[in-house]
Amino acid sequence: MNGNVFKDNGRIVIVGASLTGLRAAEALRGEGFRGHLTIIGDEPDEPYDRPPLSKQVLKGWVPADHTKLPRLRRVDADWRLGVAATALDRANRLVRLADGGEAPGDRLLIATGVRARRWPNAEEAALQGVFTLRTSGDAARLQAALAARPRRVLIIGSGFIGSEAASVCRELGLEVTVTERGPAPLCGPLGGVIGAIAAEMQRAAGVDLRTGVSVLALEGDAGGHVRRARLSDGSTLDVDVVLTSLGSIRNVEWLDGAGLAAGFWGVGCDAGCRALDINGVVTSNVFVAGDIARAPHVLYDYQFLAMEHWDNAVLGAQVAAHNMVCDEVDRWAHLLIPQFWSGQFGVNIKSVGVPSFGDEIMFMQGSVKQRRFAAAYGRRGRIVGAVTFNHAKWIDYYRDQIARSGPFPPPPPGFDFPEDMRVMPADFPPHGVPTEAPDVVVTGHHPSERHAEFHPRIRT
Amino acid sequence: MKPDEAFDAAMRYENRANPYPYFDELRKTPVVRVTNGIYAVTGYDELIALAHDPRVSSDRRKAHQPNAAEPQMIDESMVEMMTTYGRDPSFIASDPPDHDRARRQCMRFFGPPHAPDVIPSQEPLCQQIVNELLDKAVSKTRIDVVDEFAYPLPVNVICRILGVPIEDEPQFHAWIADAITGLFDVGPEITTEEGRARRAKGEAANLAFKQYVIGLVEKAEKSPGPGMISQLVHDDGPDGRMSPSEIVNNTMLLFAAGHDSTVNLISHCVLTVLRNPWSIELLRSRPELIPGAVEEVLRLQPSVQFFPTRSALTDIDIAGTTIPRGSPIYLIYAAANRDPRRFTDPDTFDPQRRDNEHVGFGSGIHICFGGPLARLEVNTAFEAFLRRVENPRVVEDPPPYRISQVFRGPRQLLIDYDRISPERR
Repeated sequence: MNGNVFKDNGRIVIVGASLTGLRAAEALRGEGFRGHLTIIGDEPDEPYDRPPLSKQVLKGWVPADHTKLPRLRRVDADWRLGVAATALDRANRLVRLADGGEAPGDRLLIATGVRARRWPNAEEAALQGVFTLRTSGDAARLQAALAARPRRVLIIGSGFIGSEAASVCRELGLEVTVTERGPAPLCGPLGGVIGAIAAEMQRAAGVDLRTGVSVLALEGDAGGHVRRARLSDGSTLDVDVVLTSLGSIRNVEWLDGAGLAAGFWGVGCDAGCRALDINGVVTSNVFVAGDIARAPHVLYDYQFLAMEHWDNAVLGAQVAAHNMVCDEVDRWAHLLIPQFWSGQFGVNIKSVGVPSFGDEIMFMQGSVKQRRFAAAYGRRGRIVGAVTFNHAKWIDYYRDQIARSGPFPPPPPGFDFPEDMRVMPADFPPHGVPTEAPDVVVTGHHPSERHAEFHPRIRT
Repeated sequence: MKPDEAFDAAMRYENRANPYPYFDELRKTPVVRVTNGIYAVTGYDELIALAHDPRVSSDRRKAHQPNAAEPQMIDESMVEMMTTYGRDPSFIASDPPDHDRARRQCMRFFGPPHAPDVIPSQEPLCQQIVNELLDKAVSKTRIDVVDEFAYPLPVNVICRILGVPIEDEPQFHAWIADAITGLFDVGPEITTEEGRARRAKGEAANLAFKQYVIGLVEKAEKSPGPGMISQLVHDDGPDGRMSPSEIVNNTMLLFAAGHDSTVNLISHCVLTVLRNPWSIELLRSRPELIPGAVEEVLRLQPSVQFFPTRSALTDIDIAGTTIPRGSPIYLIYAAANRDPRRFTDPDTFDPQRRDNEHVGFGSGIHICFGGPLARLEVNTAFEAFLRRVENPRVVEDPPPYRISQVFRGPRQLLIDYDRISPERR
């Protein structure tokens, strides 16, 4: 089907009805796609914005169902909300649905994102008062639990979600304990130097932060409500609410057997959002965007990066939509310099680039003591990322330096020098080894026969 | 045309009504060395980058001192104004961390989060003033938009916000006008005999204005009253109290800026629609488009065309040019706003322009402090003008302009009209 015929009569299926799916649908219509558009989402709600869920919603300022995403244009789509996709049949160009239905399409956008990792002990995870925080429903339930003034809240894991939730608890005047198996909060995304500052912020706000500590067990009362937690430091806590903020899991299970490069780290694709098949060969009609996409990035040694950020969803959706309907010579590349933000303990945190790609850090501007500063991350003499605490007004300077692969340390500022301007190790934890990655084997001899196969490990 | 020539032409008074062709000429090299070692920045992307570059200072004390023997060393009086007359400059002429702290101290009494109601609560006063001005013009068929419509609104509002007695208006109006004319002329004419006289008059006026503000600050110290001056004097916020010279200089800054730039923007809104009569009908029938139209005038005719405080603290490589350490840098907002790489049909007035991220209020940490107040005032005035003045026509186009290139606007804008309709009560 040539470009214009496809734009008039083609059929596109988008699986995933959150930020990426909605923005892609709007962009497709903006690109002049007039064909049939199906949007499939496993959540029953209209597309909504997630960043407020761990902030304004949890605090009780904004009801959980009031974060619907603004619509940028009419999408005239066939919405299938509350129905999960269960399989992809590439040979017959079908998406199979949980209700037994099918959605046929000529081109597919995979935007199924991630879900919250649950507490690994299923019985304990099922106790009342044990929460995760990813969806609007999660936020509504957790907000109600916090509003009931629990004696103590336990937050397991101190990434961004855990830290923001801890901040809200303190703003609400609730006693809160945060356990972190690593050395400091936020040290995965921002390293140990910044993590130490985040830890000071938490403790100064009255959080009972316990680093290097894990939770051994959650115990319930006769009514099945969580009441106690046993910690690896030997202590026992009386708690009424537990938030397990343990990171995310990519929603790739429905792609089992679809023959795509889909697994623990996401769905592999090229920098133009075209999915790779299991052999690493680029496909023509399957596209990927948002949290689940994993693409080589020119600025980061062409390594495959997944970027679970808001701007990656929005810009990835635009690029994918464009490339789904454009001529081959007109393809765009998704060359995002990723940014993300967080608000916690009265501090606005912003980051640009990929700090965790760096191994060194240097404070550039402002004052660490006053909690207003900019810091740059470097690797092998090149700037790869930056973070600001209450200093976001300067972040574009670092973004431009990163975009042009500028030197590290970057050209120093002319004023407002930090107390200590040495280059120091950024102190990231060693990259973890995925425990659930399937083994891949290569079989066959003749070039026409050689292919890869997943041999999933048996999970216990 | 060489860059020096284009820059000098853009600064020359005879081109004040339309400096834009010379900015276009300059923009052929988006960052370029011009007269007196100034680096003129006319490209949009380059301006944004430098406005966010922590190697660019706004503190004139850190720049190379201009050579007094050289002709056209026009900034000298400004350096003096901003430094000699007070130990601590206002925040527009300072760098972080002092800048951030002083701006925060002022914002405590002007905007969110501590003072969210200050600006919105001016709206009834704005409506009242604008309608009284139009009511006064009912019996006529010609007015000067500058003096009879644009000027009285912002001066009344800024006096109320700062706590300055409006009865003193004839005095301070003359001082501020003379100071701007004499001290913010960065063109070749300032070196003429007439220009030197203007500058001397400006310096004297600035000193008198300063004495006046010092008097207001001392009065507020003795007897607290309403308004920001008194609030700054008695501030007990987390950053403490500003030094007396900072209070004086920041008050002068807010007073002059809040009083002059808005006048020029209102005048340019009126002038722009009179030059594009089709837009009058459009905006009258769809008043919801007025805020966008005001933004478009801010893009085409920014009241502050550039601000000559910035300099490079180190060598800066940008757009194929190296700006040497110490060089003055002019971020020319008026030129970047018409960069065809950023804005399609950049010289066209399009009140429905969708992608209009102009730099009419600047960009970066020095972005206009009073922008939200200016937007309220200008929207109120422009909406009432469009609604009530029937069949307005410009009498003289281009109108005569004020001297300053920095604070650029018509000195007078005569318009004829059929009638002024009564205000709906």
